[in-house]
Amino acid sequence: MSAPETTRPAAPRWAIWLPLALFLMFVVLVLVGLFRPADREVASTLIDQPLPQFALPAPLPGTPPAASADFAGGEPKLLNIFASWCLPCKAEAPQLGQLAAAGVTIEGISVRDTPEALKAFLGQNGNPYKRIGADDSGKVQLSLGSSGVPETYVIDGRGRIRYQHIGEIRPEHVPMLLDKLKAAR
Amino acid sequence: MKLLHAFALALLAFALPLAAQEAQSTAPYAYRQLDDAAQEAQAQALMETLRCLQCQGQSIADSDAPIAGSMRSLVRERIAAGEQPEAIRGWLIQRYGDYVSYAPRVTALTWPLFALPLALVALAGFLLRNRFRRGQA
Repeated sequence: MSAPETTRPAAPRWAIWLPLALFLMFVVLVLVGLFRPADREVASTLIDQPLPQFALPAPLPGTPPAASADFAGGEPKLLNIFASWCLPCKAEAPQLGQLAAAGVTIEGISVRDTPEALKAFLGQNGNPYKRIGADDSGKVQLSLGSSGVPETYVIDGRGRIRYQHIGEIRPEHVPMLLDKLKAAR
Repeated sequence: MKLLHAFALALLAFALPLAAQEAQSTAPYAYRQLDDAAQEAQAQALMETLRCLQCQGQSIADSDAPIAGSMRSLVRERIAAGEQPEAIRGWLIQRYGDYVSYAPRVTALTWPLFALPLALVALAGFLLRNRFRRGQA
């Protein structure tokens, strides 16, 4: 009976600690994952790709409608995705005004909005947009790989997406966006 | 009579948020099923395996987030137009990455997840075979 045991080579002494070491490695892995701040942003995978084709109707009688063809003009532009029902959009309105005052062309897409609410929103927060498209179904938002409002895309003069800014534009983001626009020239 | 009144009030209190939710989406098929039952079943099956981009633990079939409404509408309209469910999933993955889908794919990055269990089972079988042999000897 004892014959097989003697033929088996003896494991080194340190090997007894191996399971514990593996377990501790696992604990460290779990703790790192647990305490690392969660990244809940879903970025578009369309960076450096052509802007998807779209032609949206104007949400209000006076404003010109937005279409993807408007981005082929040779000058980099911003494409801002917003909605009157979104509070961060209200917070970024002064920064958009600042960018428009600096000579940046901003095209807007209002997502799942109503004309009345949009009119009130623009009246209250100002209208920095050259054109606005009404994306009532949200299809154009999805085709852009946008996962929420507000989001701002930097589109170069050949109509390619160069950068996606997720969330509201805060004052500290304005110089960064101006740099991205300059780089997109 | 008083009881009936209270009941009617309670009913109203429950009904109002529902009405507000319905009014939330301007996407045509966010809260409306397709007329064709077979197509709706196909759309439903796909919607249950697509992630809502806003409430990220939920599928778009479960979520009441506005963007989930848009995604449901997109899925239903494309199914109604005769598109295959996997083509719609592919269209979304092209824009949002694999994260948007709950159905895992075998890719250059994920193949070890599928290969490793098979390798471990094979290794266990090999070790057990050796052990049983030794027991017989």
